[in-house]
Amino acid sequence: MHEMSIAVAMVEQVTEATGDVGSGTVSAVRLQLGELSGVVPDSLHFCFSLACTGTALEGSELLVDHVPGRARCLPCGAQWATGMPPQLCCPRCEGGRAELVSGRELQIVGVRWSGDEPRADARPESVPANEES
Amino acid sequence: MCRVVDLQQAVLAKNDERARALREELTARGTVVVNLLSSPGSGKTALLEAELTLAAARGVPVAALTADLATEHDAQRLSRAGVPVKQVLTDGLCHLEADMLRGHLEGWLPDGVRLLFVENVGNLVCPATYDLGESLRVVLASVTEGEDKPLKYPTAFGLAQLVIVTKDDIADAVGFDEEEFRANVRQVNPGVEVVCTSARRDRGVGLLLERAEAVAAGAETHRPVMARTGGPGADAHVHGHTHAHAPSVTLPYGAAGASGSAPVQAHLSDVPVRSHP
Repeated sequence: MHEMSIAVAMVEQVTEATGDVGSGTVSAVRLQLGELSGVVPDSLHFCFSLACTGTALEGSELLVDHVPGRARCLPCGAQWATGMPPQLCCPRCEGGRAELVSGRELQIVGVRWSGDEPRADARPESVPANEES
Repeated sequence: MCRVVDLQQAVLAKNDERARALREELTARGTVVVNLLSSPGSGKTALLEAELTLAAARGVPVAALTADLATEHDAQRLSRAGVPVKQVLTDGLCHLEADMLRGHLEGWLPDGVRLLFVENVGNLVCPATYDLGESLRVVLASVTEGEDKPLKYPTAFGLAQLVIVTKDDIADAVGFDEEEFRANVRQVNPGVEVVCTSARRDRGVGLLLERAEAVAAGAETHRPVMARTGGPGADAHVHGHTHAHAPSVTLPYGAAGASGSAPVQAHLSDVPVRSHP
């Protein structure tokens, strides 16, 4: 249940980062969430809604972009999808000197900020297909 | 008007930064932190008590901080070793964070402590995500927990720098398959050292102390694949298509809305891919 701590950290960071933008409210926060991040999306959604209460983010959407785990073997150059549980030994040379290309993201990448307009007007007409609301 | 503030902020950046600062401060005063993670009931208190007792006998200056949701039972047990011990009650919180550790160390950590063992809250999920400022992360699993524990908790085992099997004296009785366990550890963390111990039978006791002393003496620690993300440069490379330009810019929503996982996948598809079996 560390998702609550993560949600609180997100609210703090967004509040600080958007502090110089001016007045208004945040209507959406976009997060990149890696397959190997150890965070449960459903739990994070739930905790995020609670953590936003009473802040400039109250009622905001959490948009999650899922990032698959991928690894690369440094000696032989193979790349593969790690899967879950992850396969972090190289499937080609069976070596243990790989590195992650992606999969541990827990990164805020964008905040939709609704200036002084009512939130209903601020919602975009279309939502990219890779979003999970 | 609706705008998007384009950010690149790791959610755990603050904890990571505070952990880094704590590690540097403690290292400067000659103290190295060992972070112990395991499920509840895996036997980490028993092993730690044995290790602390050995350290005291050898004259190695050690201390221990143990975290639980409730009770001071673990601190009472560890205190029998005759070394400084502090109990932290998290009041329900499932993990420690770097700032919490700092707060608990202030005014308590005696001068001259070389090794500080932190017995994290018994939990293999949440503590795995938080760097406490440790220089050695140890994950323990008892033989009763099943050989597939490393696969069920890949973040914890994947980031371990030392894996300790406990209660090895009953391995035969519970049919523990050590080779399978080792293979599962290797899948998520190739190259990490795995050792079998029995605190009750005094088998393997002292290895944790020796590994911790080696780290305090400057020995290189294992670097798990899961922790090798290629550094900030590589991360910028992965995400660089849309985000490397500026830390904070204003964009129409649609522009940033297209900057999610799709560009990452597009980038990866440029490179030959091979699936694991």
